[in-house]
Amino acid sequence: MSTGTFSPKPEQAVDLQRRQILKSSGLAIAFLWLGGTGAASAMISARRQPGDTAAAMADGNPPFAPNAFIRVDSEGPVRLVMPSVEMGQGIYTGCCMLLAEELGVGLDQIKLEHSPPSDELYGIPALGGQITGGSTSTRSTWSVLREAGAVARSMLVSAAAVQWHVDPSTCTVDRGVVHHAPSGRSASFNQLAATAGRLPMPDKVQLTDPKDFKLIGKPIRRVDAADKVKGATQFGIDVRVPGMKVATVMACPTFNGKLASIDDKATRRVPGVVDVLRLDNAVAVVGEHFWAAKKGMEALVIDWNRGENANLTTRQLQDAIADSARNGKGIVARDDGARPQGTLVQSEYQSPMLAHATMEPMNCTVHVTHDRCEIWTGTQVPMRAAQEAAKITGLPAEKVVLHNQYLGGGFGRRLETDWVEQAVALAKQVPYPLKVVWTREEDIRQDHMRPMYHDVISAVVDANGRPAWFGYRTSGGSVLARFAPGAMGKDGLDDDAVECVVELPYDIPKARVEWIRHDMPPGIIVGWWRGVGPTHNLFVVESFLDELAHRANKDPLEFRRSLLQKNARALGVLNLAAEKIGWGAHPLPPRVGRGIALGEPFGSHVCVVVETEVTAQGEVRLRKVVAAIDVGIAVNTSSIEAQVQGGVLFGLSAALYSELTIKHGAVEQGNFNDYRVLRINEAPVVEVHRVVNAEPPGGLGEVGTAIAAPALANAIFAATGVRLYQLPVDRKLLVQNPEALKSVASASAREGSEVA
Amino acid sequence: MLSLSVNGQSYPVDVPDDMPLLWVLRDVIGLTGTKFGCGMAQCGACTVHLDGQAVRSCVLPVEAIGNRAITTIEAVGNTPSGQKIQQAWLEVDVVQCGYCQSGQIMAAAALLARTPQPTDQDIDAAMAGNLCRCATYVRIRAAIKQAATGKAEILQTIGSTPEGAVS
Repeated sequence: MSTGTFSPKPEQAVDLQRRQILKSSGLAIAFLWLGGTGAASAMISARRQPGDTAAAMADGNPPFAPNAFIRVDSEGPVRLVMPSVEMGQGIYTGCCMLLAEELGVGLDQIKLEHSPPSDELYGIPALGGQITGGSTSTRSTWSVLREAGAVARSMLVSAAAVQWHVDPSTCTVDRGVVHHAPSGRSASFNQLAATAGRLPMPDKVQLTDPKDFKLIGKPIRRVDAADKVKGATQFGIDVRVPGMKVATVMACPTFNGKLASIDDKATRRVPGVVDVLRLDNAVAVVGEHFWAAKKGMEALVIDWNRGENANLTTRQLQDAIADSARNGKGIVARDDGARPQGTLVQSEYQSPMLAHATMEPMNCTVHVTHDRCEIWTGTQVPMRAAQEAAKITGLPAEKVVLHNQYLGGGFGRRLETDWVEQAVALAKQVPYPLKVVWTREEDIRQDHMRPMYHDVISAVVDANGRPAWFGYRTSGGSVLARFAPGAMGKDGLDDDAVECVVELPYDIPKARVEWIRHDMPPGIIVGWWRGVGPTHNLFVVESFLDELAHRANKDPLEFRRSLLQKNARALGVLNLAAEKIGWGAHPLPPRVGRGIALGEPFGSHVCVVVETEVTAQGEVRLRKVVAAIDVGIAVNTSSIEAQVQGGVLFGLSAALYSELTIKHGAVEQGNFNDYRVLRINEAPVVEVHRVVNAEPPGGLGEVGTAIAAPALANAIFAATGVRLYQLPVDRKLLVQNPEALKSVASASAREGSEVA
Repeated sequence: MLSLSVNGQSYPVDVPDDMPLLWVLRDVIGLTGTKFGCGMAQCGACTVHLDGQAVRSCVLPVEAIGNRAITTIEAVGNTPSGQKIQQAWLEVDVVQCGYCQSGQIMAAAALLARTPQPTDQDIDAAMAGNLCRCATYVRIRAAIKQAATGKAEILQTIGSTPEGAVS
């Protein structure tokens, strides 16, 4: 089934005193490949002692807490504190596997805890803080968590050995119990906790030999599934605090507009309405329950000062960004000198603004008192959220307590803190705990949207159509410039804007890559969206590579293969995907095509083949997807399958259906009726195959998303001969002939879903 | 004062007649397993059963319920089809973020109760109203089939580990 073999590395001894600091290559935060198995840095460490403020707050003072991740009480399950947040990507299961493998407990013997806000204890070095994003969690914590588990096991074994007066090396650990076979003695971790807690940290620990792994590398079911199938998991929106009221909010629909005035007479007559609160740019109605708040909002007469964006349209933004891409002065990310002689080929591509549309709308519960601010929400950035709350309330940082929750989807939306800031600003006006819940319409219209992009891509090809030079001018807003201005490169380069382009997998000798920074008008805030820079760049690059292949009369697979002879890992996924779908083995029916796309985002290597039918009416019917991925060492192979399946479909969903458009300076879409996303009847089978090796772990959560759109566009070209230069897919371009449209009405009448 | 029968228990509730069942469940009774996703029957996160039929509780005014029995995700495991679906969901390891999964499971349980051996087309028709942004659709389909047939669907399309074992 798989290519390559798993060659486990010999047993590793980790010297805890002389660990290497993880190197971040230049840019700390642009979601770069981290390199190496990477030992811990100062920010996240297997050696943290209890007594740290945040740790003490979280841990309930257990007798044994050797580091920030492990708590052993005198009774009950071992408690594991999760450095990353769980938003669907399965990281809690992965983290537990790494800790449990080395600690020597079963996944049925543990209890999970969300980590409290703390950059010091739970910060991801590559991201400069406690941030779950950029597909960095496993890459950053893979060795840290194993070491943390090994340290704890070593100390528990030592505790037993001290009590029994035996050599620790004669003891074994199994399912939370230390055994001494020669004397027939055993003691549970609970029984050993108090003694272990008084022992010094070991200088060295022995990590488990990969060949002895019980968990790592296996398909393991999720540790959070049992509660999720019973509706028992508490998401942010499910928090209920005694005395709490519920608010819904409306911010000015026009970007950067302000609240002018309101007439709330009718609102205050709505049964259950408690309060009407104002902010500079928004108004909130508070009720005994969400329904009262929503009815109250509907009854509110609001006058907005719409400001300078009142006449803004999508078209204006597109025209301006296209002009930037064509004529703007770029920041050079790569330049290998003069363009060689040959035929110059050039295309332009456009990508739309996108909403995240997490299934759980933005929400936050806050209780502000004179000396304390308590917050309950699901956030990808607990520390940043707490810091913002401190600023708004004027309270010292230690007076802000944030209880993170399970996230009903993140996709980058919950890397922002705008809704937390808003909820704190509202809650500090009232004495009671306030839960602020956005409507879906607010969630879409007030999103921090994925930026729009415009790209001019070109190549110089030789007589055989092989590229000798590659040119890229990409224009778009910068998320990084706002999110982490200190992480911008020299000359003001945003590395995210050119990620997966500066270094192509292909053997193309020369390139010139430029980013033309094109900020949106004030008030249009762009944000991280699953797959970030690579999602946009790979669409352009891999679509264009397909153009070059067809221009050269080469099969797109063969064309890529010829350019990948020096890149074994990329070639590995290309060949595996081609083999699994049976590329070229059989002729396909009319208007059915296969598209291939390959990339190396987030430290992994991935190739996806999409097979689609395009009806005579221009409707796209996905038939099958095959993905091949090389993530290096796998932690949980079930999770790899799930993330690639979900990630690819997330990317296809956007490419097929999704776009935010602007009219009168406001987002036109508001709910799933006009912001379409993929449904199950539109979802094809997604097969996932893995190239097996023992390379360091790569990123996973965003990889499938980043590579999906170009595979689809290339498949549509193969099916129809129509090249798509703009997303989402425009069906009008794919109509076979005008006659075909006449049957559209009857065709669509056969579709539609049953709602019982 | 209305009286609602939820999961076999009677709840007197003093709420506006037009208040959707979703908010009565979540904000008044305190059963938060049923989720808010769209408020206009577009996403299915709020799906519950009324006398065994799947309905979108975000657009169902409480006054329209009468004496019909409401079943939510918290108690669907007490029904034969709900129990089978939840078990299959765990075995196939469907969930990701999990937020839509209450609604997915309620829709799937209603499907299985009326169509014990659903085809792909039956699954599409019954489940197309339930959005999942994590796009767990491939495993949802597998889990419904496994619940129907009792035959293990393949969890892994990866034949990757030397053992190739499914835990």
